Parts: sequence; structure tokens; C-alpha cells
Amino acid sequence: MIAEAGLGALWLAAALSLLQLVLGTAALRPGGGADPNPLLRAVRPVAVAQGVLAALSFLALIWLFLRTDLSVALVAANSHSAKPWLYKFAGAWGNHEGSMLLWVTVLAVAGGAVALFERRLRQDTLIATLAAQAAIALGFYAFLLVASNPFTRLSPVPVEGNGLNPLLQDPGLSFHPPTLYFGYVGISVAFSFAVGALITRDVGPAFARAMRPWVLAAWIFLTLGITAGSYWAYYELGWGGWWFWDPVENASLMPWLAATALLHSVTVLATRAGLRAWTIMLAVVAFSMSMIGTFLVRSGILTSVHAFAVDPLRGAFILVLLALYIGGALTLFGLRVHTVKEGSTFEIVSREAALVINNLLLSVILGLVFIGTLYPLVTQAMGEEISVGPPYFNRVAGPIALALVAVMGAGPLLRWRRDDWRELVRRYAAPVLISAAALLLLVLFAPGIGILPLLGLTIAPAIAAASVAPLWRRNLRRTPFFVWGMVIAHLGIAVSLAGMASESAFTKETLIAASPGQTTHVGPFSVRFDSVNPIAGPNWTAIEARLTVRRGDGAAFALAPQARMFSSPPTPTSEAAIRTVWDGQLYVAIGEEDEQGRWQLRLWWKPLVTLIWVGGAMIAFGGLLALLGRVRRARRGQPQEVLT
Amino acid sequence: MKRIVLWVPLFAFAVFLAVVASGLYAPADRNIESQLIGQPVPEFDLPPALTGRPGLSSAALRGGDPHLINIFASWCLPCRVEAPQLAELSRRGIPVDGIAVRDRAEDLSGFLASYGDPFRSIGADNDRRVQLTLGSAGVPETFVVDGRGVIRHQHIGAITPQDMVAIIAAYEAAR
Amino acid sequence: MRALIAAIAVAAAAPALADSLLPPAHYANTQLADPRQEREAKALMETIRCLVCQGQAVADSDAEMAGDMRALIRRRIEAGERPEEIRAWLISRYGPWVSYTPPLEPATWLLWAAPVLLIAAGLWLARGRFRHRRKG
Repeated sequence: MIAEAGLGALWLAAALSLLQLVLGTAALRPGGGADPNPLLRAVRPVAVAQGVLAALSFLALIWLFLRTDLSVALVAANSHSAKPWLYKFAGAWGNHEGSMLLWVTVLAVAGGAVALFERRLRQDTLIATLAAQAAIALGFYAFLLVASNPFTRLSPVPVEGNGLNPLLQDPGLSFHPPTLYFGYVGISVAFSFAVGALITRDVGPAFARAMRPWVLAAWIFLTLGITAGSYWAYYELGWGGWWFWDPVENASLMPWLAATALLHSVTVLATRAGLRAWTIMLAVVAFSMSMIGTFLVRSGILTSVHAFAVDPLRGAFILVLLALYIGGALTLFGLRVHTVKEGSTFEIVSREAALVINNLLLSVILGLVFIGTLYPLVTQAMGEEISVGPPYFNRVAGPIALALVAVMGAGPLLRWRRDDWRELVRRYAAPVLISAAALLLLVLFAPGIGILPLLGLTIAPAIAAASVAPLWRRNLRRTPFFVWGMVIAHLGIAVSLAGMASESAFTKETLIAASPGQTTHVGPFSVRFDSVNPIAGPNWTAIEARLTVRRGDGAAFALAPQARMFSSPPTPTSEAAIRTVWDGQLYVAIGEEDEQGRWQLRLWWKPLVTLIWVGGAMIAFGGLLALLGRVRRARRGQPQEVLT
Repeated sequence: MKRIVLWVPLFAFAVFLAVVASGLYAPADRNIESQLIGQPVPEFDLPPALTGRPGLSSAALRGGDPHLINIFASWCLPCRVEAPQLAELSRRGIPVDGIAVRDRAEDLSGFLASYGDPFRSIGADNDRRVQLTLGSAGVPETFVVDGRGVIRHQHIGAITPQDMVAIIAAYEAAR
Repeated sequence: MRALIAAIAVAAAAPALADSLLPPAHYANTQLADPRQEREAKALMETIRCLVCQGQAVADSDAEMAGDMRALIRRRIEAGERPEEIRAWLISRYGPWVSYTPPLEPATWLLWAAPVLLIAAGLWLARGRFRHRRKG
């Protein structure tokens, strides 16, 4: 009953999106939008209703999972009555159909939110935006209903379900996909805004000011989603890695890079009326990357630990949608953007120039990740199989990212339109001195670390200082939220960079086959392996090791890593024991027993590694402050720009 | 901005579509093949996996007549599926040598007792050294090696009745 | 019903397919005594692809074969081989796919030239943006 209701709601939502598209197109015809017209006024409520219906459909799926309704094929294939309720809940999106339904729901709800809350955009651009959003939704509704129906029934009803992949039975994993999707799919709003503005030829500062909060909101979620995913991989996979340049990870990074560039570009458009074509292009690219990522993950075209059930037929369906939407948007771009009035030019030493360089470098990194991820397909077409992994990405993207961070430090210190390079040198002098000092210290006390981590550790403190420089000599209580947001977000980048470089340069590893009673060392810690005990949980059994750890002469504490075996489906996982201290993390995992009764222990001391994700959270928080500031200003009718 | 530049993104997207479509319609063979086909068998010398039967060495493969080398293990389920086919090959006079990967003698003899024993010799490869040397990426795999010790053919996966024709043909070609 | 039985059979079969009953090789999970050699070995392991995994390096994988590959790498480094020689040996067996560093060959020149090409393209696009300050 609920399943049929969910499916019905989905069909209704699809029908409404068709209606939204038709009404929007009709309202935009010459003469159709001139006078207050029932068509115009109908588009907004239809969009809201579509969002509500899609959300109801998704809630229906959640309900089916929570009740473990095994008559629904998806629940039977991906859930189990013995699972904890949190993982029944999260299991709804731990599979292709459910996550695709979440995808479409976020798309519909985002469109509904624009219809409900957007007040500043010109009427006809808003209609065009909603029509574009509806066009996208229509294709993906079709995909869902025709090729990935989450609500199909199973007959006869099985006695028990197959269970959820144990790697996904984790609180972090419950949080990561929805957060990521709010960002990844939420950026569709920017795409629709761009298409709408191209249609109504409304690319200008007012348009940018209206679009900015939506970009910010999606970007915040995307930042959080990627950060959460990285931390989850780090503690769950048992080897201490936090980024693998896996195709699916890259699929989430590419929209983030584009959205970050878009965020900055939209501010130049809002403040200085410049970078119009860039802004439109970035908005199109950001969501295009999201759609391409969705395609890569679900078509089986690239091998990945993350890939969903592989189905080339579904892949072909999505590819057709991509051709329609991205091809359509890029064609519209080619046809219309030359009619967009360009803004004033600016000097080579100016904040606009720094933002152009910022866009450039972000786009280059985006291009490199894109090419690197897809290149195996190119050589495959030529008959050769290659792999493109961390050695390539780190080597090409790393130096460019470092240059980008250096420019990020300089940008906020520059004035708009025209600044003096001697002034810049004066303002940037303190950070450069900090860099030099850091470099000296590292070369003296930590020789032998790689060139990239060395540069990272040198640049990070300098950029941290440069990030807070805009607050220098300001009345902090009168500083606008969006300035605080910028400062904290940029500081977060420096913090994250410091974490990444430190982890790369200073991690200490000890691998040992230990007998109970044996003591070993890693970094400043001495670790005594006390005992190994069997232990059981709701749907797993495990071997748990007990370790007593001391740091130098400090107090002893216990760690208990586990090697688990889940029951359905039978899968072994490693549950690492992590101890977080002020300057890093001690990470311990247990492996197998060897023939002499010794147990394999893996121990890592990772100095400052938590800064990676603390930095990520800071970036998102900075974005949140900026968003709140913008929204507050809009509500109070205050001017959006304060020339900082 | 020059007009032609505006169309570069669309063109780049078209290239992307072409690359990806080719990947979709000619999907990659997920099997990892050995690169040593056509090259001499690398030197190796494996101890016997079972008492009373010789181990396997590369020297033994240069004896003048072609051999089948079957890389298998008692813990490998598809190996059970191909046992009848291997027995049939051995019955036809094709010499079948085995490399047992990470196996214990008792498990191995149990496997052979249950599923048949077509092997003239079985080498014990307990750390996968020789499997990696030959460019084999899993079990079961079968190589056809000719009389001069040159690898002529690789079959990945269990040998099904439908594969027999190709294997026999490869063996004949290696003579 | 058939689908369910098949699913259970696959679930039961899958772990048995993957691993043997013997313990891991010695150097699969133990470090070399010489820290410099261990660093070299570790760096190599992070760039060699696991043959039986869905996209992981042998350094990060729990698969038994990945352990055997790690052991092979460590043994050879201990015996004095250089990392690039070991990489070349593996590529001679499995092709460039087994190395996460793409090869430098005509088929991949576009990949390796991409950074320079993209930066050049970006600079060319941006050149019209700037207003030049008049001299004097």
C-alpha cells in the first residue's frame, strides 16, 4: 500500500514537472509574460507541489525500509530485519534505486525552494529557471520510473532480506550521502539559473546577487559531504588513507571545484559586473559535473570501490540525458552569451585579477581531474588498459593547488579594480616571512620529507596569517558576516592544507606480528598488546584486541581495535581504534593471526591529521556565515556590498 | 571574446560523449591477461605439493612436447567446476601439470580425491611467487606452453565444456 | 525464490572464493628492518594496483593476493632491487594497468601534457580581460 502510494506520488511529481515545463515555456513566449498572467502565477505553486510530492515518495521508501517490508524487492535485496534501525533508515539510499530517488527528490525540493523563497530574481528569469529545473527533473523522473523503479514488488515474499553491505553500516555513512546529494544535486539550481538567464538575457549584477545564496547553500553541503566522506573512508577502511583519487571521489570533487570557482565568480559579477560569461559557464559546468559523476558511478564504465550495481543499459539512458541537458545548455551558451554585455576591465594587479587567476587555476585542476579520471577510457579505445591514480593526480594537481592557495592568500589583500603591486608586496610581506621561517625550520629539523609536503607546510602558516589579515584594524563587531565567512573559509583551507602536508610528511607506521604481552612502539607511543577476545554485536561477531598505550611517561589508556565478521551478507571489516590527542591521532588496526599464534597489528601515528577535516568543517562554516550574512542583508534591505 | 571560442566547450563535451559511448558499447574486458603470451616461460622451480609426485619447474616444460599448466587451489570453487574438463583433457593424452596456490597437502589430497586428479605433477606455490611470475591474476587459469617452453595461450577462469574446443586447438597449435 | 537462493549461494560462496586457508606471507604485514628500504617499498606499494580489487593499491587492500604482492615487493627491495625495476617487472607481467603511474608513451602524451596545455589555454582566454596601464 505504502509502496504504491510512493510510486503514485512519484508519477504525480513527474506529471507536475511536465506541467511546470509547459507552463513555464508558455509563460515565456513573447506576450505571455507581459501582463500578470495566470500561467506565470501557476508555475511557482506547481514547482512547490512537485517538491512536496517527490519528498513524500522518498518518505514512503524510508518507511518501507524502516518496517523492513520484504514484499518490496529493493528492501529484500538491501535490508535485514536484524539490522539496527539507523541502518535500515540509511539502507534506503545505500543502493542504486534508493539513492537515485534521493537524487530526484533533492532536485525537486531544490526547485520548490527556489519557487518558494526566491524574491529578487526578475519574474521572467525566475520562470525560465523553474522551467529549466523542470526539464532536468523530467528526464530523471523518466529514468527512475522506467529503469530504476524503487517500489517494485517481489513475489513470493522472501523470509529474510539480504542485508546491507557492512561497510555501509556506520553512522558516518548514514550522514554522508544525503549531505553530499544536497550539494551535488542542489547545484542544479545554479545550472537552471544560468540557463534561465541566458534565455531571458538577464545576466547582470542583480541576477548574480539573486543566484549567490543558492550557490553558497549547495556548496556548503558539498564541502561537508566530501569532508565527511573522506573522514569515513579514513576510519572505516582500516589503512589510514583519506583520499584515493578514486573515480567516484573525483566525481564529487569536480562539482566542488566548479562550485568554488562559481562562488567567487558570482561575487565579481555581483560587485563589479564582470566575468559574466565565466559565471554562466561555471554554473553550467558545476551541475554538468554532477550529472557526469552520476553517470560514471552508475554505468559501470570505470572500476571503483564505490560503484553501484553496474548496468550499461542504465548508463546509456543517463548518457542520453547528459547529451540533452549539457549539450542543450552549451548550445544555448554558444548562441546567446555573446549578447551578454561585458563588465568593465580591470588591472592586472587587482582583486578581480586575483579572482580570474583563482577561476583559472580551479578550472585547470578540474580539467586535470576530469582528463585523468576518463583517460583510461581513451586508451581502452586504442586497445591498451592503463591506470591513472595518485601518482598522476598528486603530481599534476598538487603544485597547481599550492599555487592556488598562495593566490588565495593574496586575493583578499587586494583592492578592487586597480591596486599597486608595491602595495601588495608590502601587505604580503608578513606572510612571506612566515613562510621563509617555516621553510628554514623544516629544512633544519625535518630533512627528507617530500617536496610537495614541504611546500604545503611552508605555505600553510603563511596563508593562515594572510587569511585573517582582512580583519586587521577592523572593528570586529561591525565586520559584516560575509567578511567573517571569507576569513574563516580561507583559514580552513590553510588548516586543511597543513593537515594534509603533515600527514604526508610525518606519519609513522609500525606493522608487527605480536604475541600477547609484547610491547611495540610507534612515534612517541609505547603499545602493549594485552589480549585477544571474541566479542559479538547485533549482527556481527569479532575478535577484539586489548592494548595498553602510553605516551612517554604519561598516563596509560586502552585501545580496542576489532576484526569483525558481519552475518548478512558475510563480510569481514576492520574496526580501527583511534585515539585523538591535541597534536594528532594514534590509529590502530588488527589483522589476522599467523601460524605461530601471533596477531598482525597495524599502528600509525599521524601528527595533525585531524586538521584535514577540521579545516573542511571550517570551510563549510565560513560558507554558512557568508550565507547568513547575505540573507540577513537581503531581508533588511541593506546593501549587499561593502567595499572591503 | 571571439565567437569561435564560445563553441569549444560544446565541442569538448562532444569528444567526451564519444569517448564514453565507446566505453559503454565496447565494455572493457575485466580480465587481466598475462603479457607473457608468446614469450618463454620465466625460470622457476616449485617443490612438490604432494609426496610421491614431482613438483614443477620451467626446465621440465622445455622437454619437447607441449604442456597445459593449470593454476588451481583446493579452496577455489570454480576449480571444482572445471575438474571434469581437465580429466577429459588428460584422458586425451594432453599432459596437465598443476600449480597449487597457497594450499596444504591434506586439503589438496582431499580435493583431488573428491574431484579427480588429472595432474602429472603439482608444484606448491605457497606465496604466489610463480603465479605472479607468470602474469596470472587469479585461480583457476590454464596456460598452454609449447615444447620449447614458450607460452602460447592463456585461458582465464574455469574451463567449461564450451571452452574445450579452443583449448584443444591451442594445444594442437603448440605442437 | 530462485533469485533468493542464488543470492544466498553467492553470498556463501564469495568469501570462500577469495582466500586460502594459509596465513598471510611474512612480509605481507611486517616491515623491513631498514627504514629507508621500508620507505621505498611503501612508496612503491602505494602505486601498484591490486589485481583482484575494485580499484585499490596493494598498500591499502585486505585481499590475500594484495598481501602476497606486498611481500614480493618487500622481498625484492630487501634483496637490493630498485623500485622502478620491480615496477617494470610487474608491468612486463600484467601490462601498464597494474601501475597507478600512467606510462610515458605516445598514447598518453595528452595526459601528461594536459597541465601545460590547460594553463596555456586558460592564460590565452584570460588575456583579453586585463586593461593595460598606459606607460608614462
